[in-house]
Amino acid sequence: MLDIYDFYDKMERNNIMLSFKGDITSELLTSILQIMESKLDNLQEEPKIKKKVYNVLVECLQNLYHHMDEVAPEENDAIRSAIFMIGKLDNQYNIVTGNYIKKENVEGLKKRLEDINLLSKEELKEYYKAVLNNGEMSMKGGGGLGMIDIARKTGEKLNFNFSPVDDKFSFFSLNIKISQ
Amino acid sequence: METISIEGTPKTPTIIFDTGKGFLEIKGRSIPENSIEFYKPLVDWLEKYAAKPQAATNVNVQLEYFNTSSSKCILDVFKKLEAINKGGSTVVINWYYEEDDEDMLEAGEDYQAIINVPFKMVQVAE
Repeated sequence: MLDIYDFYDKMERNNIMLSFKGDITSELLTSILQIMESKLDNLQEEPKIKKKVYNVLVECLQNLYHHMDEVAPEENDAIRSAIFMIGKLDNQYNIVTGNYIKKENVEGLKKRLEDINLLSKEELKEYYKAVLNNGEMSMKGGGGLGMIDIARKTGEKLNFNFSPVDDKFSFFSLNIKISQ
Repeated sequence: METISIEGTPKTPTIIFDTGKGFLEIKGRSIPENSIEFYKPLVDWLEKYAAKPQAATNVNVQLEYFNTSSSKCILDVFKKLEAINKGGSTVVINWYYEEDDEDMLEAGEDYQAIINVPFKMVQVAE
């Protein structure tokens, strides 16, 4: 049986404001964003911080959402499930996401994130413009800008990890920090 | 000549396009999961408008938030405006940003660097 107090205690110590595990739908994203917006209002954050957190949150959540489709609809519900948490500790917002990824896609994503992490603020700006203007559209319109945008807006390196799950899947986690 | 409008939602902006006055406004939030679908009608209207534009075309873009999925679609809209500007209508894009919102100002400057149309950066109070 799950020790719910242990669970609660961990969330409390990390000052988790909201967390979710399950299938990521468009309606869910709308609800999460509404809840987080009112929480940020209640905390009376500066508009600048509020906007940054909200923007980065949108990108993180929509990454998860679009990724659900890629993992393939034929997979079972557990594989289509993802986790998301947001907390605020020592004046820093932490957004953590986790989702399954097909093993064959790990290397490509890892390379992409490592490449982004090598870039300076100015280089990120140039890279963003180049990808924005490269004429390629992904099915949903993102076209690979999400991670560059997150790195640019937070001014931090992307902190990520891949945990092997089985012969078909790994679990990809991303930990984003937004400082005041 | 007609006015075309799309009412805003929590995830999509209000769009007003008064083709008789040569005025286009995009205002609100643009964070839909599927932005291509959302922006397609606007891109189509601009295509039609390009055939017989007004002498001047004024564009107001006043976005509170927009996601990266929208950013490529907004670029497509601006590319249509670039063609209209080349085709004889004097286009001006007014890019609104709230004071202190450096990210939004930078986003406007990114477009300004790519699109060959005069941009005006307009600061508004929060």
